Amino acid sequence: MSNPYAKLPAWADYGLIPLINLLVAFFVAGLVVLLVGENPFHAAVILVDGAFGSGQGIAYTLYYATNFIFTGLAVAVAFHCGLFNIGGEGQAYIAGLGVALVALTFDSVLPWWLTFPLAVLGAAAFGALWALIPAYLQAKRGSHIVITTIMFNFIAASIMVYMLVDVLKPRGSMAPQTRQLLEGAQLPKLGWILSEFGLTVRPSAPLNLTFLLALLMAFLVWVLIWRTKLGYEIRTMGFSPKAARYAGISEARIIIITMMISGALAGMMALNPIMGDQYRLSLDFVAGAGFVGIAVALMGRSHPVGIVPAAILFGMLYQGGAELAFEMPNISRDMIVIIQGLVILFAGALEHMFRPWVQAVFASFSPRSVGMNQPKGERA
Amino acid sequence: MAEAAIELVGINKSFGTVHANRDINLVIERGSILGIVGENGAGKSTLMSILYGFYQADSGEIKVGGKPVSIKTPNDAIALGIGMVHQHFMLVQNFSVIENIILGAEHEALLKRSIANARSELDRLEHEYGLEVDPDAIIEELPVGLQQRVEILKALYRGAEILILDEPTGVLTPAEADHLFRILRQLKEQGKTIVLITHKLREIMAITDTVSVMRQGTVVATRKTSETTVEELAELMVGRRVLLRVEKGEANPAAVKLSVSNLTVKDSRGVTMVKDVSFDVRGGEIVGIAGVAGNGQSELIEAISGIRRAVSGSVLLDGSPIDVTGHADPGELRDRGLAHVPEDRHHVGLVLAFEESENSILGYHDKPQYLKGPFLDIESIRTDAKAKIAKFDIRPPNDRLRTANFSGGNQQKIVLAREMEQDPGVLIVGQPTRGVDVGAIEFIHKQLIAMRDSGKAVLLVSVELDEIRSLSDRILVMFDGRVVGERSPDATEGELGLLMAGVEKLEAAE
Repeated sequence: MSNPYAKLPAWADYGLIPLINLLVAFFVAGLVVLLVGENPFHAAVILVDGAFGSGQGIAYTLYYATNFIFTGLAVAVAFHCGLFNIGGEGQAYIAGLGVALVALTFDSVLPWWLTFPLAVLGAAAFGALWALIPAYLQAKRGSHIVITTIMFNFIAASIMVYMLVDVLKPRGSMAPQTRQLLEGAQLPKLGWILSEFGLTVRPSAPLNLTFLLALLMAFLVWVLIWRTKLGYEIRTMGFSPKAARYAGISEARIIIITMMISGALAGMMALNPIMGDQYRLSLDFVAGAGFVGIAVALMGRSHPVGIVPAAILFGMLYQGGAELAFEMPNISRDMIVIIQGLVILFAGALEHMFRPWVQAVFASFSPRSVGMNQPKGERA
Repeated sequence: MAEAAIELVGINKSFGTVHANRDINLVIERGSILGIVGENGAGKSTLMSILYGFYQADSGEIKVGGKPVSIKTPNDAIALGIGMVHQHFMLVQNFSVIENIILGAEHEALLKRSIANARSELDRLEHEYGLEVDPDAIIEELPVGLQQRVEILKALYRGAEILILDEPTGVLTPAEADHLFRILRQLKEQGKTIVLITHKLREIMAITDTVSVMRQGTVVATRKTSETTVEELAELMVGRRVLLRVEKGEANPAAVKLSVSNLTVKDSRGVTMVKDVSFDVRGGEIVGIAGVAGNGQSELIEAISGIRRAVSGSVLLDGSPIDVTGHADPGELRDRGLAHVPEDRHHVGLVLAFEESENSILGYHDKPQYLKGPFLDIESIRTDAKAKIAKFDIRPPNDRLRTANFSGGNQQKIVLAREMEQDPGVLIVGQPTRGVDVGAIEFIHKQLIAMRDSGKAVLLVSVELDEIRSLSDRILVMFDGRVVGERSPDATEGELGLLMAGVEKLEAAE
């Protein structure tokens, strides 16, 4: 009797509630647009049109979404273990080093389809190792993972500045970045798939093979969490560390393994810009994707089926937002950050704000759907 | 008939389609003690929550002193002279008694004068009702019995004329419970009205004037206590005849299966909770450990089952040692045939967010029959879960339902089914029937006896003395971390009660 609200059907839990949160976020964002003197409906049209209105726009949206799928999955896997990995940013950044080392070594000798799997391993290994240190500190010494992963973002940033400026920069170059990667480390674009649907995509559009890798990882994360023994142990630990102890699951072992998987997923994000678009490792290539991953995981309820659309939504905000900043002089890039912030606020932090209300509506219209039809006599 | 202190007329309350309270009419006479009994989920707590302003009734009327009132918040209830003593105390642990009593009733910005006023008022209350407590004692240093007294004082200080007590004796020794009953009788003589919510029928018989039985949201019967029996009340609660005494034959103790010697265990704060404890459990017997909660029983079974590391001592399972001071691993112990039904099923024995079938393998999830390589064999897990559901009559019989949505009794059956069906040689059971309704208790007790009769060793820890006495073949009493005595199940409740209170010799008692 302590909880008068019963569970919602899955489609409402995973679909309706995020949708309501999103609409409210856009409504408030619309008020902000109104405040700076622009027409919010017009802004919305530009935003959506910029993201989905052309083949080129879609290619960019999905390119950004690729980054966010990886980082979102990374955060989600850690969430299932009750860990808050804020360090996706740093893990992806350091993983860039792994990708670059593989790519710079093999791009002149191997074809891209041999370099690619090696680079995936390099990215995963570097990301995992960067997550291993905070994981070890949490598991063995009780240092809080939130604090250590945040700090490791800064350490990663400093290391990468050092590496790019003092180690990897070609002699004589002014820019803190590696040399251009050769064809043996350039991933094929996927723009042609969009062209098949009659959309026009320029060859420069950055959508590339990594997008498919991201979708594959989303599926593998689902398998891992819900279909393997390891995933069972991760979830047990996430819901109740005491129950995990009781079940003979080693807390330290699970924390370390989970964080390494999380770091590896975040690390794979580095493949997308380095081998798929810019063909070089450059300063700040992660550009906040690690943090957006937190919002994506929250909004996607830590489930791959939710994370992929949430990542595409944030990809839309990135791509459409850029168009918006270009089209409407009063709206700067910062406005886009505000809109993203509102989405994070309503979809993440205030995720449950409308839940009691939705549950009340469900309970009054369709009591069966919320599982309240159980007769009292059954509760022997 | 005496004047009514409270009258509930046609109270209805639904949560969705669950009709938690259905047309309830209840008259609580002034200056009487009314008992409300019923199984978990019968609607007792909902009804009292409506009376205390936590919930609003969908329809119906509450009359206090004959006048219809509207109680929207607990503050309204307090203003009407209704006080509540919760099952889990609502006290600030590191505040003194007097600070807790004035909490929320300070009246002034500065505490000094409020405390002085409270002190004289407290003095009066203590003398009037025999509720002695040191007003300057810190709550966490007081035994639970006294903490409860502080809760009662809090209600009286706020001018309560009607006192609702929710499961008040769950945490008390028999002696403390007797003392509580003396206080309640005194309060009654002074004209206070008392409502006692409990599932312990003997308490109802001992202290109440009238008793109302609730079942499935309705009051099925109201009886004068003097005109009813425990058997009748139990039957009314469950809706069928219930076996109150457990029927069991003679025990046939065989070889020692679990041997504990000189075990010492500290809790997470570093306090030594188990002090030099030694005992044996043989196959084919149930050894019960009695004691008031918090005297080391929990730490003892946690150490034996490998969840908590012991400081010193040794434990032998089937003659070979368990590394209790080092790397005892619950998973490994399960493989060696030691199963454990933990005291706290909500956080330890189950993952409430899991589906039933997922909980049915917790701890056994690395057994080959549940796995296909690194993958879970969902098919086999579910088949297995369905078989357990059928055998243990777990309701509703749905292995995909979230475990949190099962009632307490059925959750406990899920744990028991999991642990017993692995056919362990030794079963450690903590509080097997805590928060479990009468019908399920009967079932669980039968299962434990069946375990014993098939030659297994059962170590039972329970704060329910009745349960210990009716199930055990030998009873060990723990007090302050030590085993202070061993008795046969024929020992009187008084004798065990004294041991539980740390009084070792009968002569030393009052």
